[in-house]
Amino acid sequence: MVGIVKYGAGNITSVRCALDRLGVTSVVSDDMEKLSSCSHVIFPGVGEASTAMEYLKKAGLDESLKKITRPFLGICLGMQLMCRWSEENSTDCMGIFNSEVGLIHGDINNKVPHMGWNSITPTADDPLFASIPSGEMFYFVHSYRVPVETGTIATCPYAGVTFSAALRIGNHAGVQFHPEKSGPAGAQVLKNFLAQGGEAICI
Amino acid sequence: MLAKRIIPCLDVRDGRTVKGINFIGLRDAGDPVELGAAYAACGADELVFLDITATVEGRSTFSALVEKIARRIDIPFTVGGGIRTDADVDVLLSSGADKISVNSAAVRDPALLERLARRYGSQCVVCAVDARRSSRFRLPDGEDGWEVYLDGGRTPAGMDALSWVREAAARGAGEILLTSMDKDGTKDGFDIELTRKVASSCSVPVIASGGAGNMEHFFEVFDKGCADAALAASIFHFHEVEMNQLKIFLREHGIVVRIPQGK
Repeated sequence: MVGIVKYGAGNITSVRCALDRLGVTSVVSDDMEKLSSCSHVIFPGVGEASTAMEYLKKAGLDESLKKITRPFLGICLGMQLMCRWSEENSTDCMGIFNSEVGLIHGDINNKVPHMGWNSITPTADDPLFASIPSGEMFYFVHSYRVPVETGTIATCPYAGVTFSAALRIGNHAGVQFHPEKSGPAGAQVLKNFLAQGGEAICI
Repeated sequence: MLAKRIIPCLDVRDGRTVKGINFIGLRDAGDPVELGAAYAACGADELVFLDITATVEGRSTFSALVEKIARRIDIPFTVGGGIRTDADVDVLLSSGADKISVNSAAVRDPALLERLARRYGSQCVVCAVDARRSSRFRLPDGEDGWEVYLDGGRTPAGMDALSWVREAAARGAGEILLTSMDKDGTKDGFDIELTRKVASSCSVPVIASGGAGNMEHFFEVFDKGCADAALAASIFHFHEVEMNQLKIFLREHGIVVRIPQGK
């Protein structure tokens, strides 16, 4: 059973549907006891950082999600909330990754939000990117980004800078792109995630 | 590099895909879920489903259809058509749509864009703009500008398209779906001048729509029109342009596109 963290942010339906397509059952919850009993936890999210953090704090999830020892995957805003701080409404976040999330400075040739399919380069031999060739394209949609830092396991270039497409510290990983919306390549990343931490639960 | 996106558009009436020629005259192009899945499998980057049903019963059929699409399709999709209220948006996003597109409702109540952006984030708010060449609006060089039209192209809004697009982006639209009414249905190419003017004056991505007839037209709208994405309907439905051949053609002409493996 895969736990999907419920916290008032969007795209929970699309993550659920992606897991269904992989033949994996999931439960959507903001209850720590239920989430801790899951084999894997996905922390999805689209929306705005400060509103999302407020919800997490109210539910006590901002501290407890850090303590989950099962494979944990933040997606998009979910990954950004796992960082220390976000420039989006100057928001203190969960601090799993010691990074600061900053606004993408775009221009007429590099529109913001960074929206669409962009190529990533895995920079570490991380199991999340098993069978994913360098240069594979994934679907991104975001206006803020995490710089490249020690936890970076994949990068993506946009608007003249290279940012973190994925991060990992221990069992906690995050991806800036949307694997649930990235066709077969995205499905492969989800399969790789589900294959971690014991037996593969994915058909 | 960020890829230029190719977006098939499916007009849906009473649960079936149809295609209007110049907004009138419909031909059946099949089941939208199956058609959408087929496009996703052959390398479409996103899909747009437009509800052209006018009835209440048709609306609830459409949200049920959105749920089916969300379960089946593994690429992003936008839904639009007849969205008037915040509640309409709620239903469609909770049914699994990634983005919603608003058109007339945003012109009549521009604060709608702000409310939607605050509540759901700009990334899921697409502002659709139907524009037609008009001497009522002048460009700085004295040429005719473009006027915004409402209600599926029936009502002139008395607004300059270029200023409306900028306002829509400033109010929170995360993307502009720009349809040239002059070109729509003609198959003689996108409106390059309109697209370029909008794309170069607007801070958010622009999807060009209306007029696609062959592969060269897509190259032009990316190369000269500076579009971030290009949308077409009938030429894909009736196999006049094949998605994978189009992507290969664009790549050969130096446009960055996504070609899924094995295609």
